[in-house]
Amino acid sequence: MRKRTIPRWRAEATPLLGLCGASLVMALLMTVAMLGLVFSYGLGLFWQKRIVHFQLRDGSRWLGEVWSRETVQDPTTGRPVRRIALHHGNRDLWGTAFRWIDEADVVRQEYPPDAVRIERLAWGPAFGQPRRVWAGDRPLIDPVDVRDPVWQELFASVHQDRRVLQDVEGQIDAVNDRLERVRRRELRLRHRSVSDPSAWAALQAEKARWEGVYGILALRRAALMERLQQYVLEVAIADGTALRIPLAQIVTVIPANRMSLGERIRLYAQRYWALITENPREANTEGGIFPAIFGTVSMVLIMSLAVVPVGVMTALYLREYARQSWLTRVIRIAVNNLAAVPSIVYGVFGMGFFIYTIGTAIDQTFYPWMAPTPVFGTGGLLWASLTLALLTVPVVIVATEEALLAIQPEIRHGARALGATQWQTVRHVILPAATPGVLTGLILAIARATGEVAPLMLTGVVKLAPDLPIDDRFPFIHLERKFMHLGFHIYDVGFQSPNVDAAQPMVYNTTLLLLVIVVVLNLTAIHLRNRVRRLYHQGAL
Amino acid sequence: MQRGDAQDRALPRPLTPDHQHPIPKPSSVGVMTVHSARSSVTVPLGEVVPAAVEPTPMRVSEERYVLTPIPDPVFDIQHLSLYYGEKPALIDISFQIPRHQITAVIGPSGCGKSSFLRCLNRLNDLIDGSHIEGRVLLDGQDIYAPSMDVNELRRRVTLVFQKPNPFPKSIYDNVAFGPRIMGIRQRAVLDEIVERSLRQAALWDEVKDRLHASALQLSGGQQQRLCIARALAVDPEVLLMDEPCSALDPIATGKIEDLMVSLKENYTIVLVTHNMQQAGRVSDYTAFFYMGYLIEYQRTTDLFTHPRVRQTEDYITGRFG
Ligand SMILES: Nc1ncnc2c1ncn2[C@@H]1O[C@H](COP(=O)(O)OP(=O)(O)OP(=O)(O)O)[C@@H](O)[C@H]1O
Ligand SMILES: [Mg+2]
Repeated sequence: MRKRTIPRWRAEATPLLGLCGASLVMALLMTVAMLGLVFSYGLGLFWQKRIVHFQLRDGSRWLGEVWSRETVQDPTTGRPVRRIALHHGNRDLWGTAFRWIDEADVVRQEYPPDAVRIERLAWGPAFGQPRRVWAGDRPLIDPVDVRDPVWQELFASVHQDRRVLQDVEGQIDAVNDRLERVRRRELRLRHRSVSDPSAWAALQAEKARWEGVYGILALRRAALMERLQQYVLEVAIADGTALRIPLAQIVTVIPANRMSLGERIRLYAQRYWALITENPREANTEGGIFPAIFGTVSMVLIMSLAVVPVGVMTALYLREYARQSWLTRVIRIAVNNLAAVPSIVYGVFGMGFFIYTIGTAIDQTFYPWMAPTPVFGTGGLLWASLTLALLTVPVVIVATEEALLAIQPEIRHGARALGATQWQTVRHVILPAATPGVLTGLILAIARATGEVAPLMLTGVVKLAPDLPIDDRFPFIHLERKFMHLGFHIYDVGFQSPNVDAAQPMVYNTTLLLLVIVVVLNLTAIHLRNRVRRLYHQGAL
Repeated sequence: MQRGDAQDRALPRPLTPDHQHPIPKPSSVGVMTVHSARSSVTVPLGEVVPAAVEPTPMRVSEERYVLTPIPDPVFDIQHLSLYYGEKPALIDISFQIPRHQITAVIGPSGCGKSSFLRCLNRLNDLIDGSHIEGRVLLDGQDIYAPSMDVNELRRRVTLVFQKPNPFPKSIYDNVAFGPRIMGIRQRAVLDEIVERSLRQAALWDEVKDRLHASALQLSGGQQQRLCIARALAVDPEVLLMDEPCSALDPIATGKIEDLMVSLKENYTIVLVTHNMQQAGRVSDYTAFFYMGYLIEYQRTTDLFTHPRVRQTEDYITGRFG
């Protein structure tokens, strides 16, 4: 008789094991599929493709980047048709930036070496072949080659001017801020029933002074604008007609068909860098998403500052102080179930409680002269953060309670047996031992809060907030300001924008960045927890 | 002088099925204790739960012997009963603990020794659902009186736990914990207290080079000695030690025993031990607990040489328990 050995996996195979394995594989597959989608699109969309020129059977010509290719059924003949989605830009001319082209219609296809993609401040990218540069009504560089130092010199100096212009605009902003403050003080003075002519006069003098400054700055701006507007780049678009683009409007000119691999990689990195450091343009479909990143992170930080003390104190009370009874059990169950309340409900609650009740009360008490303009009585960073804190506090409570439960009663009693009061025991023994558990709760809370959108829409997120909640103007932290958020940005750009196709890179990359931020915040918290744990085991806490 | 003659010793009556449940329900506990210079006998009275409800081979002797009075008692325990919920863990304990002596508490596992120690500094207050009856007088003052400052009491009467329970802090911080919460902040004073306490607990030489390492890195026996040092650091009047040597080797055990004997001059020590030899070696008085009852309390030499109660004799000669 021959001895047969059964492989270990078959010897141990049971239906349950199979099910467990299958579930694991399912979970992994779903995660990998989602991440794969986000990464492949998000990372791919910034790669500069070559610019292609199509001549179609009907004589029309198109210049642009091939976005995607697909095969569809012709509705009349039922035969498969291969077609191309072409990103031809120039939305100012044609109203759209994309079109479908049947591959069968293409008569000629070529890659003109001098074709460029021009990123503009408005109207999205333009595609064309540069012809000449005008200074006013006389040609300055003719013909122009964007790799030519002369062009590059001119473009750099225009850029310089534009930076100066931006600077001036920043100063104008600051003056406007001053004027707004003066206006508020006026309102405040007027609100007081006693009249104070000297203060009023002082205010008027200050106002006049700032208005004078404003006038000077406005003149400078006008002069700069005029100078910038005089240089115009003329490009031939696909059908050969001329398109004139003021240099002041141009962000970059990319000679996509003459780039080396290194240049493409650099461009890719630059685009990514711009994405995370710049302000949005073009209804958020272009430019960067820095304000949204900033808003998301500051919201999560403020939420953490609120949720940890409240959650820890609640858990401490429930575990260390309250007598365990049916009441604490009911509270515990209620807290656990709070985690299942739909987040929009929290949004409604936050709006009703924080904004309309507390915010309005603050306005009535501290800013009565601003009426009817709300200060805190409207959505803002503080209220959104507090709403999210409310949403995540059950997580922190549960995690802290678990940590407290894991501390052996002997340790607690050991401190009490030496005459320590309840508070001394909590402060010096219980809390240090529970800190890693608290941080675990915080990690979970951050993960949940970063991805939450619905409650924010009711409590302070907007699609475009030009002013960051933290800046260089007194009092530096403006918790009442509205803010931008990555999650809302995805919804807004992906589903509310007039130009959904053009927004695609933005949507995928915003998602990617949101994931990255969640991971970074979590890693920070995990690092902190490990540090605390190490300190704790070294007895240094 | 307090030794009874052989005929003084009441022989256990043959047990009837009625007496098979040793611990009656609290409501049914009616106990009569007769204290005298020679002997005291406690007889449980009243209704007794039938054997069918809870068959158990263990029986509590109806004989009791409690030596009383004791000269200069620190603790005077009067009719102390302790309940965890409805369940009694100690039943009508009455005896006195002498000052500046070592009193050993012996008895089989689960007889209530640890519970008893916790009664002496009100640590049972921390256990939800526990309550006591009777009185515990510390220097004539009822420690369960509402006017008692419990934290102050626990500083005066400190407990070293059965399981080593160092705080997850450094060795130094463990020992300095008590002084610190008493408000001592000066580094020099703390250093001095830490060194003295660790020396007393026979741990100094082993840890003097790593005072700021975590206490959790110490071995079980070292942790136990650290806990003793931690208790000594608050300079208590009474030291309650719950099996302090259970995790120690003979050498460390010897050191702790020496420590106890030397501490006797200034401290009162109540020692729970499973080790008869240890009780015999170090203690002056010994109390034998059985299933929540105090069966016998005598001078140690008498208890071990001439136990008055049959059950005590059975226990110390190893016939049961
Ligand atoms: N916290 C508690 N809650 C409920 N019952 C308890 C509690 N602590 C002890 N008991 C019960 O009280 C009785 C006495 O326990 P105790 O710990 O005092 O025994 P012990 O004599 O110290 O035993 P050992 O020698 O094993 O340490 C036991 O029956 C135990 O189950
Ligand atoms: Mg015990």
